[in-house]
Amino acid sequence: MERHEYDVVVIGAGGAGLRAAIEARQQGKRTAIVCKSLFGKAHTVMAEGGAAAAMGNVNPNDNWMVHFRDTMRGGKFLNNWRMAELHAKDAPDRVWELEAWGALFDRTKDGKISQRNFGGHEYPRLAHVGDRTGLELIRTLQQRVVALQQEDEELHGDFEAYIKVFAECTVTRLLKDEETGAIAGAFGYRRETGDFIVFDAPAVVLATGGIGKSFVVTSNSWEYTGDGHALALLAGAKLINMEFIQFHPTGMVWPPSVRGILVTESVRGDGGVLRNSEGRRFMFDYIPDVFKDKYATTEEEGDRWYTDQANNRRPPELLPRDEVARAINSEVKAGRGSPQGGVFLDVSTRLPAEEITRRLPSMYHQFKELADVDITAEPMQVGPTCHYVMGGIEVDADTQAASVPGLFAAGEVSGGMHGSNRLGGNSLSDLLVFGRRAGAGASAYVNDLTRRPVPSGVEEAKAEALEPLERTGGENPYEVHHELQRTMNDLVGIIRKAEEMSEALQGIEKLKERAGNTASTGSRIYNPGWHLAIDLRNMLLVSECVARAALLRQESRGGHTRDDFPTMTAEWRRRLLVCSAAPDGSNVKVEEQAQPSMRGDLITLFERSELEKYLTEDELAEFDAALENAVKES
Amino acid sequence: MGYKAKFRVWRGESGEGRLEDFTVEVNEGEVVLDIIHRLQATQAPDLAVRWNCKAGKCGSCSMEINGKPRLGCMTRMSTFTEDETITVTPLRTFPVIKDLVCDVSFNYEKAREIPSFTPPADVKPGEYRMQQVDVQRSQEFRKCIECFLCQNVCHVIRDHEENKPAFAGPRFFIRIAELDMHPYDVRDRRPQAAQEEHGLGYCNITKCCTEVCPEHIKITDNAIIPMKERAVDRKYDPLVWLGSKIFKRSS
Ligand SMILES: Cc1cc2nc3c(=O)[nH]c(=O)nc-3n(C[C@H](O)[C@H](O)[C@H](O)COP(=O)(O)OP(=O)(O)OC[C@H]3O[C@@H](n4cnc5c(N)ncnc54)[C@H](O)[C@@H]3O)c2cc1C
Ligand code: SF4
Ligand code: SF4
Ligand code: FES
Repeated sequence: MERHEYDVVVIGAGGAGLRAAIEARQQGKRTAIVCKSLFGKAHTVMAEGGAAAAMGNVNPNDNWMVHFRDTMRGGKFLNNWRMAELHAKDAPDRVWELEAWGALFDRTKDGKISQRNFGGHEYPRLAHVGDRTGLELIRTLQQRVVALQQEDEELHGDFEAYIKVFAECTVTRLLKDEETGAIAGAFGYRRETGDFIVFDAPAVVLATGGIGKSFVVTSNSWEYTGDGHALALLAGAKLINMEFIQFHPTGMVWPPSVRGILVTESVRGDGGVLRNSEGRRFMFDYIPDVFKDKYATTEEEGDRWYTDQANNRRPPELLPRDEVARAINSEVKAGRGSPQGGVFLDVSTRLPAEEITRRLPSMYHQFKELADVDITAEPMQVGPTCHYVMGGIEVDADTQAASVPGLFAAGEVSGGMHGSNRLGGNSLSDLLVFGRRAGAGASAYVNDLTRRPVPSGVEEAKAEALEPLERTGGENPYEVHHELQRTMNDLVGIIRKAEEMSEALQGIEKLKERAGNTASTGSRIYNPGWHLAIDLRNMLLVSECVARAALLRQESRGGHTRDDFPTMTAEWRRRLLVCSAAPDGSNVKVEEQAQPSMRGDLITLFERSELEKYLTEDELAEFDAALENAVKES
Repeated sequence: MGYKAKFRVWRGESGEGRLEDFTVEVNEGEVVLDIIHRLQATQAPDLAVRWNCKAGKCGSCSMEINGKPRLGCMTRMSTFTEDETITVTPLRTFPVIKDLVCDVSFNYEKAREIPSFTPPADVKPGEYRMQQVDVQRSQEFRKCIECFLCQNVCHVIRDHEENKPAFAGPRFFIRIAELDMHPYDVRDRRPQAAQEEHGLGYCNITKCCTEVCPEHIKITDNAIIPMKERAVDRKYDPLVWLGSKIFKRSS
């Protein structure tokens, strides 16, 4: 069996994984990057709108405190506030660093990085390149890896002496040291050959992205089968906030084969508006109380805001995503939808055609090629699509260390940072900020080790992976997958009810049995049927966590909306739901954990009147005390 | 609306293979990649194909459709007639791993041969100042999604395995051009290097690469031809090269 020794193994080559690997290598660690697709094709490549960082290039009033506040508001105050703080503080440096590695962002008139408006961000904050920011980000990081390899080639005569990419290689198990219970490596197979591969390493960084492929309508690719979430859980780590899933308000709805593909929020950030079949800009009817004083109440004011932000409030099309997605859902349900079951998103009457093709080239291209719609001349039809999972591996905010020694996580696979709802643009910055921290955290951990852990469990992992190939006449994995997608979409989707979620859990139990009986025909060479059969374990495990946590949380908040508990309650804000499981994936448990109080200097960045909408009386008393302290000290 | 289409798909592994016939359902609005996926789900579970974004953004699903290099996810079924047989084969220029999946490692090796972006030592991150007009030219080349269709179609290597070691290919010519036009790149990128070390000299400007590029990058007009012209213009004139760099930063 192919076997490699490394100091740090990074699983995932998206923004978070690459940034983590670059950091580990820069700190002198021998680093492997393992990913399921080719190098440079990870999901991050699809990101469109931009990376949020309070550089203040367009509006000088912006700074980390404003960004921090927006992030907490967007997440309905459920966020891990330390992560939100670090994120807001580190993000500008991380973006500037990309520029020093060759990235070419769009510019302001005075030559700085241009920043665009996005939902929930008070000021123009997203560094971008047209609507292909993810491509720029991943290519820059990919090219940075190559630059480091060139350095190594010069010094050691080998490009891969210190950093090597194992592309098209899927990890199916984390390996632990039997004696200490610490991480000792990872086990996987090479997609191209079906051969097994073992990584022997004391530190593993999970950067595997999200879980969207458990839903029918999603903006996510085949890679998003929740592998990292499941690997961590099976290795004894915990998942947090799994009930919170972001349904992006604007996915394509037609033709059916592209249903769910993303229409970037930049369309609205750059002036696009939402209308129902009656032509009404319905978002004005859906401004929730907590945001009443921050959004325009008339179309005139909303329109003025694009040119004069100091004296006007932003249009409600730019409310956080959960609000917009629910509003679209309600309009369609009320019979005011578009012919193909969405609503209208129109930029054609808002900007000149050439502006549209300059600012939104890939949207123009996407609609033209896939739907025969010219977005410079007619409105698009859009509806909600499963987009992002806020929940993920519970980690330490500063080092991204999970509860299992030697395990780290960054990017979409980690949890906490975004609370109950992520703001657009806060993911790309999250990848950079916490990718770097995870790489540094893993390096520091390796430095402090006195003995190298010894991997165990390789034979078991091998047997598990081979099972589907050894069975004949079993279930078709594609059918089991499709059934799971329908179950999650219909029963644990954008609007949830207790009965439906219980039904989903029963469905998942049955699907687990069926998944345990899948048979894959063909050889081990590049066999997608076999790969899917293996992925089903992860999708089912993660779906169970989502459904269980969602059933427990009896309130509506961010990416979790309960038909039977439609309001947000201060009591529930203090309770985080944490999932764990046995090493064989059985016994999934969800437990409550108290949300720690926000540090005094952070909570006092908010007005009391705003906090009253979110916090309990006890917490408000803490706020008053913190404020008093601050006054005394100053 | 739906109909049954006739597909011929190349199937095989370990150096052997053949075209296999399928009859498969097609629905309104679908693209070739959808049909390949339907074949996987219903008739050929182990049919190998690469894809990720399904929206022309990642460059994974490159294949040859009726002999033309294309992205499977951006080729609509409505561009064919209902009685046409659609033939889908892997990229011809690279070794086949299985079915529609090729070994494209050639491209990743070439990427390493191009010297990386080299910023001036005295400019700190955050201090970069560039005008939109100055970054726009390089931005065009950075739109590249690395689908490698241009590499696949280029006759210099399509049927000439022996040229591969000396020829970086159009994807990497635009990378060189991109870096050369980058306002902050200070490395010596005299075009003779492209001409001699990276094989630009082999290119005889057939423009096939530009024609297949799904990102509509003007590979020949905006990268190859200007580099070739300059290579002729300034052979052995380091002063001219230096002047162009200084000019680039101050403009
Ligand atoms: C269409 C779209 C547009 C978006 N636009 C924006 C935007 O404008 N701004 C923003 O901030 N966010 C945006 N997002 C969200 C953001 O792009 C993602 O959350 C982010 O890119 C995730 O990055 P990551 O590094 O965590 O993971 P990814 O980039 O998804 O990378 C995951 C990596 O893990 C690997 N992997 C997974 N499982 C395994 C395994 N078992 N073994 C080995 N490797 C594995 C994969 O191969 C891949 O390399 C968008 C998302 C989508 C879908
Ligand atoms: S123009 Fe040059 S690089 Fe492009 S396909 Fe023709 S020969 Fe190849
Ligand atoms: S230049 Fe165009 S054709 Fe060539 S790899 Fe890039 S996107 Fe593909
Ligand atoms: S699947 Fe991404 S380009 Fe076709």
